[in-house]
Amino acid sequence: MKRVGVFVCHCGVNIAGTIDVKRVVAEASALAEIAYATDYQYMCSDPGQALLADSVEREQLDAVIVAACSPAMHESTFRKTAARAGLNPYFCEIANIREQDSWVHQTDGDAATRKAVELIRSMVAKITLNEALVPLALPIVKRVLVVGGGIAGMTAALDIANAGYPVVLIERAAQLGGNMARLSNLYLNLQPAANLLGETVHAVLAHPCIEVRTGTTVDELSGYVGNFTITLRSTAADGADSIRAEINAGALVLATGYDLYNKERLSEYGGGRCADVIEGLEFEDMLRPDGPTGGHIIRPSDGATPREVVWIQCAGSRDPQLHKAYCSKVCCMYVAKQATAYKRQHPDGQAYVFYIDIRSQGKGYEEFVQRAMADHSVLYLRGKVSRVYEERGKMIVVGADTLSDRQVEIATDLVVLATATVPANGSDDLARRLRVAMDEHGFFSEAHPKLRPVESITAGIFLAGAAQFPKDIPETIAQASGAAAKVLMLFTQREMVQEPTIAQVDEEICSGCGLCMPTCPYEARTMHAWRPWATVNAALCQGCGACAVACPNKATRVRNFTTRQVLAMVEELL
Amino acid sequence: MSSANESFQHAIQARSGQDIRRCYFCQKCSLGCPTAHAMDLQPAQLLKLVQLGRKDQVLSAAAIWLCVGCETCGTRCPNGIALAPVMDVLKQMALAEGYGAAEPKSLAFHQSFVDSIRYLGRVHEISMLAEYKLRSLDLFADLGLGLQMFRRSKLALLPKRVKGLRQVRAMLARIQSREAK
Repeated sequence: MKRVGVFVCHCGVNIAGTIDVKRVVAEASALAEIAYATDYQYMCSDPGQALLADSVEREQLDAVIVAACSPAMHESTFRKTAARAGLNPYFCEIANIREQDSWVHQTDGDAATRKAVELIRSMVAKITLNEALVPLALPIVKRVLVVGGGIAGMTAALDIANAGYPVVLIERAAQLGGNMARLSNLYLNLQPAANLLGETVHAVLAHPCIEVRTGTTVDELSGYVGNFTITLRSTAADGADSIRAEINAGALVLATGYDLYNKERLSEYGGGRCADVIEGLEFEDMLRPDGPTGGHIIRPSDGATPREVVWIQCAGSRDPQLHKAYCSKVCCMYVAKQATAYKRQHPDGQAYVFYIDIRSQGKGYEEFVQRAMADHSVLYLRGKVSRVYEERGKMIVVGADTLSDRQVEIATDLVVLATATVPANGSDDLARRLRVAMDEHGFFSEAHPKLRPVESITAGIFLAGAAQFPKDIPETIAQASGAAAKVLMLFTQREMVQEPTIAQVDEEICSGCGLCMPTCPYEARTMHAWRPWATVNAALCQGCGACAVACPNKATRVRNFTTRQVLAMVEELL
Repeated sequence: MSSANESFQHAIQARSGQDIRRCYFCQKCSLGCPTAHAMDLQPAQLLKLVQLGRKDQVLSAAAIWLCVGCETCGTRCPNGIALAPVMDVLKQMALAEGYGAAEPKSLAFHQSFVDSIRYLGRVHEISMLAEYKLRSLDLFADLGLGLQMFRRSKLALLPKRVKGLRQVRAMLARIQSREAK
């Protein structure tokens, strides 16, 4: 029989304020399996950990249970301490008597104390059936595939390449640059986008560690974090044939960017019906010195100089009924910039902006919008536009100004729709090929909205830029550098260490029914190539246990969380 | 809306010295205004209508005559727009351009006040009130309040002139001739 030690933590008053820790120690000591029990003020402190290590040696313990806070907090802390004291770290378990006991039963200390003893007893039942485990080590291919050659992809590629790791950067268009190549001068300082982009493109093309493949898309992906195999499809130079090629990579960065919501779906605003109703990027084309109009703002229908221009914000955004429910985030700022640019080119012209709210969240952003209003006399009207129609060569914009509580009608030469930002065309297909999750709008899902914003849910696939959600350039670059840092964290490990508490198949019992395969959220379960049983891909398995539940004859079990262990724990709790 | 109406905003900005374009419609002026409850248009709405060039609506509003010039709005405005001078300009424009006063009593009071200063160089409440009552034909309002003030010696019976009456009158004449332009 194992000699088990129990260490009851006071956590200051967090636990000891409700639970009678001395009584817990006394009752635990009375259990047959328990060779030693004690309590301490803060087990996670240095002296607390020393107490654990010393006791293991002195009392010759085979296993330890720390009755303390949630294992999410300090399981790894105590397992490391146990390992230092010579135990297999998987012979250290946590009985959660804080989050699941003292905090939720503050009004009934007696019951909380009894529950603490029961939790310890159930953990004793589990730990006596634990097996010694060794973390799994998997090799890493230290090359990254970056999908998308816009500012996001190029930034991530440069950061990773500058750290010395090889990068394959693919772009489906013929050139690098993405949407940023269409932008004119950028807010806040109105520097030409072409200058900034040019520097980045040059650095990417000149970098010895970056291999750029334009006209290339992803066909297929297999493998797992540290060892992906990706099939790429490239259009041949003559444009006729496509070439398939396979590469290995340890990680992927998805930076496929955005498109604009089809303005034809906004027919009440004249989208697609009227030549003089354009979208934001088309206005950028007019502002660019190398654009089709040589940098002149004109009325597309006849080339005349527009005397009035109306911008309509939230065109397709923030409209859960008909269009997109979300805020596209970049429009408030680029509209202020475009209106400012128009007023600079035509000081006598009148610029109107219809808005619902101004969202200028960034350093210097609010001031920029205020300058558009105060210094450049851009007239902001708070309200929606109901419709736009053509009359005697003018566009008539009918809208509301909720501040003066008026209906407004503006006869204008040009209407610019700040159409919603949507995922790049084809990114849903890519998501399916790569098996990364998408949100309801088709943007790639991050692993956690707050704590893991640059990782996808699939380990080893990282996100950068507007492919995850609308972002402006500074935010995109920040996320791209964040994704690069995550890739580098992976690559600087010699090999990947994986928790061994994953699913395992008893091949003698497995009937090969395959029920585990559709149950697995990580695609870690496959049938053996020629034997009649199911297998577990150790690199993909996250130890969630779904397959163990689905398995009809219990051939699949999660290591150190077997059915036998769970039932033994339940037995103690009942 | 066109540049013709933009000139309305420009004129008001030039005469009041206030940059109305800076307004971002936080409504602080409307919320703090002690007479807003009686106004047909709220102070922030007036600013917006000026931006929109709605001259007729602004100059015929009662609100511009109900402003008592207490400056609470301007003191609180995050963009430093003082509304009281804007309101004064709007009143002057309304009279000059034939819109008249949407609140005649308010105009009657202003006129009585200025007359009192023109005669005496300062305000003499009783004669000013007498003139106001004749102008407004509202003879019996606030009589009780007036009696109470009188009993507490808040209303001087006899008028007193200031020493520099000539300068005060010259000042008023200069303002009037400037307004006539």
